[in-house]
Amino acid sequence: MAEINELIVNIWRGQEKGRLVEYRVPARPNQTVLDVVTEVQRRYEPSLAYRFACRVGVCGSCAMTVNGAPRWTCRTHVRKVAAGNRLTIEPLRNMPRIKDLACDMSTFFGKWQKAGGRFEGTLTRNDPPAAVDPVSAERRAANAAIECINCAVCYSACDVVTARPDYLGPAALNRAWTLVNDVRHAARRETFDRAAADGGCGACHTMGSCVQHCPVGISPTASIAGLKRMSLLRFLGRAPE
Amino acid sequence: MSERQLFALQRISALVLGPLVIIHLALILYAVRDGLTAAEIFSRTRGSLIWTAFYSVFVIAAAIHAPIGLRNVLSEWTPLPRRAIDWSMAAFAILLAALGLRAVIAVVGG
Repeated sequence: MAEINELIVNIWRGQEKGRLVEYRVPARPNQTVLDVVTEVQRRYEPSLAYRFACRVGVCGSCAMTVNGAPRWTCRTHVRKVAAGNRLTIEPLRNMPRIKDLACDMSTFFGKWQKAGGRFEGTLTRNDPPAAVDPVSAERRAANAAIECINCAVCYSACDVVTARPDYLGPAALNRAWTLVNDVRHAARRETFDRAAADGGCGACHTMGSCVQHCPVGISPTASIAGLKRMSLLRFLGRAPE
Repeated sequence: MSERQLFALQRISALVLGPLVIIHLALILYAVRDGLTAAEIFSRTRGSLIWTAFYSVFVIAAAIHAPIGLRNVLSEWTPLPRRAIDWSMAAFAILLAALGLRAVIAVVGG
């Protein structure tokens, strides 16, 4: 970055209909894409709409499409993704655009519920904590998928979601897989049935865009493969209820 | 039929088709080594229970497998309504099975 003093940043303004607007922002060391968007809003374009909260890769609010790929912008360094000194920043794909870089995520979160993603416990505060074997196959499968931050990067990356709006998508199915493997979850069978229903795990084509783009290194593809395997075994009557 | 059942049927039919396709291709290479004539084919297939069973299973597996995959392609790449796709794919499955089994009967029958 030493030789680049200025970034040329094209940012989407508007809703479904809109246009890219060019801004020139000083290049700084260790600058993230979110820093750039914030600088544009604070200095040049106070009406620019975008989302963020934690700025440290925990909350999953700030995902945007950066130079064509979905990314968590707070943990994306400009020097790693800029084409020369150029950045193009657009909202995520596969969701309606509300304004500028903010999109309507209600369908995305709704699909979590549709996939049976709500945890239902069986214990009360008076019971001792559930004894979960940390090295059991089920717990390891759940642990591998549990760190999802709901950023919708995978949902934006998935071409099946684009082709089939009723597809639950990688995040919701990944969540369902963690619950299906969670011995404390009271509705494991129901969660599985929802995740394997029409528009569920069987619709995934294993293209792997979700794995490629997941910022926290989860493999939703592996989780969905687990659901598919379970679906097939249950069809053959070979899986435990 | 639910997509869950279709998914399972597509995978199971693929499992069946895998070895059958390999045997079928190997058979083609073997059968044409001295040229290919109707008489040669009939001498091998006429009245053969093994080839009747082999190609009947092949045809049924293909008739199950192909329409399910085509249904996915049509539902993702065309604006056709789901119901229209489902009915046309059911008809396609029947057509594949009928044409295939007719061919099996033609080569193994007297």
